Amino acid sequence: MSISTSIWVWMAALLTLMVYSFLYKDNPFYRLAEHIFMGLSLGYTLTILWYNYIIPRVYEPLFLPPHQWSLIFPILLGMMTFGIFSKKYSWLIKYPLAFYVGGYAGLRIPLLLQSWIIRQVEASFLTPDKFTSLMSSINAILIFAGLFATLIYFYFSKKREHGFGAAAQVGIVFIMVAFGAAFGYTVMARISLLIGRMQFLLHDWLGIM
Amino acid sequence: MIEKKRNLWDWTNSINRGIIYVIIGIVVILPILLGLKEEVQISPSVSSAYETIESLDSNDVIIISIDYDPASMPELQPMLKAILRHAFEKDVKVIMLVFWPLGLPIGTEGLEEVAKEYGKVYGEDYVNLGYRPGDRAVMIDMGKEIRNFFRTDVNDILLDSHPMMRNVHNYNDIALIVGLEAGRFGEFWVQYVGSRYNQRIVLGVTGVMAAETYPYLQSGQIEGLIGGLKGAAEYETLIEKPGFGLTGMAAQSWAHIAIVMFIIIGNIGYFMTRRK
Repeated sequence: MSISTSIWVWMAALLTLMVYSFLYKDNPFYRLAEHIFMGLSLGYTLTILWYNYIIPRVYEPLFLPPHQWSLIFPILLGMMTFGIFSKKYSWLIKYPLAFYVGGYAGLRIPLLLQSWIIRQVEASFLTPDKFTSLMSSINAILIFAGLFATLIYFYFSKKREHGFGAAAQVGIVFIMVAFGAAFGYTVMARISLLIGRMQFLLHDWLGIM
Repeated sequence: MIEKKRNLWDWTNSINRGIIYVIIGIVVILPILLGLKEEVQISPSVSSAYETIESLDSNDVIIISIDYDPASMPELQPMLKAILRHAFEKDVKVIMLVFWPLGLPIGTEGLEEVAKEYGKVYGEDYVNLGYRPGDRAVMIDMGKEIRNFFRTDVNDILLDSHPMMRNVHNYNDIALIVGLEAGRFGEFWVQYVGSRYNQRIVLGVTGVMAAETYPYLQSGQIEGLIGGLKGAAEYETLIEKPGFGLTGMAAQSWAHIAIVMFIIIGNIGYFMTRRK
């Protein structure tokens, strides 16, 4: 066992313990750690943004030769978003938002259609190459059946009776399995974070491992 | 007033959450302290991620995108180190870039640590481009010229000063993108770069995101998927270099067993008290 002599490791360890103290109940140590984290991350992010964005993308192109005067228009448009802080000038934000929403929707919709709809539907087709082994055949059939039944479940313009109702019920089962998988992975992720902290405390701080 | 007699099943429905925390704490700490090891089964998604990097030639250039921050470090940092070890072992050149501001120091730490292990030289074998805001715009514009957004690296040195970057201009010169993701940037890589530039992509994601990322793998939009700490442990097994991913697996399994037991006991308690 060799306890760390680094002041930074000690600080990180104490902050970890202060945060975990919330598991008992809310307390001043937890709030102190929370505020330190908020302040540090915000200050760090602002500094990074200043030196990686404002200086090279705004200040240098505008004020150092060769001056890119055309940048004034997007900068002005961006600055109009600050109008939101004033009751009198809050209407200014509509113009940058209009550009943002229009441009972003135009850029994103075709790509979303491509990756979420076209490629996914294509991948669910029961083509011969999906039946190369028993497992891949079962997977292909399950994916096809799951997609079909789930889509039926979300079709609301027909009364759910007979075969249609049964298919919708199967759809619910697939949806529940998907929720279960997502929840299982979430549990794993949260436990992983705890393991990471414990490894830090036991290995880096206390030197037990 | 007659007080209702409480039985065991009533107790399971109102168990103090402090007891649950203590039990979870014990089952996580004990396997770590005792150094318990556990073998992991390699899943096809991690295996295909490994095979994709294994198929690269020496001197191929890959991009590793650090899209996470300290909150996801326990899951994604072991992945970063395992992938870097694999890449450097094969003499693949690495470009690291960061889209999450707080990811910069942890990504840099991982890159420098592994590069030192393999005796790699900065500028010849790897380059750290640092952080740039504007994620999607950067991703799209890198398809034309990386220098449009990354004229200099993280140390403010011109990219052309680095020998490995002289012939690297856009995605045509990149063999693979590895996105390590704690948010939606993996999706952006697939949609804005994979779809548009036909770029090969492997994603390493947090456990929370793994289930929703599988459709991209199943539809062939990504070539491999590493999910959570388990995925990192699988990758460490494949490259035969155990790290924090593998050492955490026994604790992970014991914690899962404890949680499953809690769920079973809670459900039995619920149904038993409802019957009364």
